[in-house]
Amino acid sequence: MADGDTQVPELAFPLDIPCLKRGAMEGTKPFVAQAEHQAKLGFPGALVPDWKDKALAKMQELAEKNRAFQVYLDICVKCGACTDKCHYFLGTGDPKNMPVARQDLLRSVYRRYFTFAGKHFPWLVGARDLTEDVLNEWYSYYHQCSECRRCSVFCPYGIDTAEITMAAREILDSVGVGQKYSNEIIGKVKDIGNNLGLNPKALRATLEDLEEDIEDDTGVSVRLPLDEKGADILLVTPSADFFAEPHIEGLIGYAKVFHEAGVSWTLSSYASEAANFGLFIGSYENMREISLRIRKAAQDLGVKRIIFGECGHAWRVAYSFLNTLAGPWDFLDQSYPVPQHILEFTWDEIQKGTLNLDPSRNDHIRLTYHDSCNVARASGMGDYPGGQFEIPRNVIRAVCNNFFDMEPDTIREATLCCGGGGGLLTDDLMDLRIKGSAPRMKALQNVTEEHGVTHMAAICAICKTQFGKVMPKYGYEMDAILSVHQLVSNAIILTGQDGEDEDEAEDA
Amino acid sequence: MSYQVNGHTIEHDEEGYITTLSDWSKELADEIAKTENIDMTDEHWEVVNFLREYYDEYQIAPAVRVLIKAIKKSMGPDKGNNKYMYELFPYGPAKQACKIAGLPKPTGCV
Repeated sequence: MADGDTQVPELAFPLDIPCLKRGAMEGTKPFVAQAEHQAKLGFPGALVPDWKDKALAKMQELAEKNRAFQVYLDICVKCGACTDKCHYFLGTGDPKNMPVARQDLLRSVYRRYFTFAGKHFPWLVGARDLTEDVLNEWYSYYHQCSECRRCSVFCPYGIDTAEITMAAREILDSVGVGQKYSNEIIGKVKDIGNNLGLNPKALRATLEDLEEDIEDDTGVSVRLPLDEKGADILLVTPSADFFAEPHIEGLIGYAKVFHEAGVSWTLSSYASEAANFGLFIGSYENMREISLRIRKAAQDLGVKRIIFGECGHAWRVAYSFLNTLAGPWDFLDQSYPVPQHILEFTWDEIQKGTLNLDPSRNDHIRLTYHDSCNVARASGMGDYPGGQFEIPRNVIRAVCNNFFDMEPDTIREATLCCGGGGGLLTDDLMDLRIKGSAPRMKALQNVTEEHGVTHMAAICAICKTQFGKVMPKYGYEMDAILSVHQLVSNAIILTGQDGEDEDEAEDA
Repeated sequence: MSYQVNGHTIEHDEEGYITTLSDWSKELADEIAKTENIDMTDEHWEVVNFLREYYDEYQIAPAVRVLIKAIKKSMGPDKGNNKYMYELFPYGPAKQACKIAGLPKPTGCV
């Protein structure tokens, strides 16, 4: 398969600067979207004849509409602070994957057409013409950036390099060159309501199956309600939570927490997706259309609150943009955060003492935690700065006795990307995904050596799938990646659960 | 991009998933399996048949968990587990088995 030939990079330390390998990732690119995928998003089906004019016009439009984008294009002084901060550069050694160099693939064209020096003395300022080769280079290298924004943390000017990747992808889409993976998926959300293409009948069957499983395991009937009008809470979660491992174990965890908290909640078959790939391709219109499905579901079901499940970029879109995209949310109960993260909810319940937790049920696990990039660097949790780092760890410590953080420069706001974010979680980029995960995997191996860590938890569907795929390449089992709410699910003793008395007797 | 089975040409996409689902046949499944370096055994067929039945009813592949539960029922706990599924289909029961069963590729964060 696609990953058969990949040489797993051997890094001595997670952030070791590799030997440069010029052109190592040249030509690496994901499958191009077909006309039918493009049409659903309002993009041309193939490269348009006047693509050069269109691309430059789009670049100008973006620079005018989004002043930040223009500032980011203008102010980079190439100081080099970002060069060794990118996991794809560290994993591949390709100098064009240094964030400054990758962004300069677009900046150099911007300078040529939109700055005085570039228009008249292009050779003096590294400005270059937009050619089809340049367009292909954009397609390749702007799909070797996961928009994780680690480099931005270290940029003294605060340039948000992900914005440049997003703009490049938007320009590519506007001239008919889209990425199959992201654009096909956005089309499915519009047609069916989620990335997976899971229709309401199949979703209902899956949820009923899970209810059966929980009752078999615990003897307690825990519901996973769908489309229930009048419920208080709408849970919006990534569709991977209905399908993949370990995601689905997390969904079981949410259900158990809601059950014990005694709240009424529901999922929606119309808004059966938290993910919003409109963000990845830089398309405000598509991002908005997907977000509006959540608004419609909330209104149709008459809920008072919206809670998001474990999904990294969904939380960024929800926390940072939901009000602009799909607000105002004045019809929701304002005494709760709008929107709320499932971890905020669970942490509140833990503090209130409504959950009966036995962390020793996770004693077979020695755990570390991977901060997902979009949660760590693009959002918050709770009502204090850094809540997005503390709340997940608080919940973990309440349900798991053996927790060890990785090296400080690889977690929290300096967290390393899983290697599959930002629309790159596709099999045709497996080689890049394996190489890009090397720094995170090295940091993980370090805590395994020092503390005997066996498992890693995450709160993002992409991270979970990516790690399930790449961890075996680095000596771990594929099920060594866990959902945080899977740990909660393991530890929680439901009211009336089978074996509760025996457990308590043992503890005594 | 196509498979050749009994003199018929069957189109597939860049990743080997057939584009017209009704083109599927057992012979084609054997052919796809060959390109995946899989030798189809009764156990492989048990999985493929379940996927196709599920798809007939729900127009989508089942969650991995649902698949494993069904296999556990029909083939026992030794085979109804994730590890065994990956022994049968090293690239994952969801994607590789779907490809052989002639179903669309599951998309999204999976």
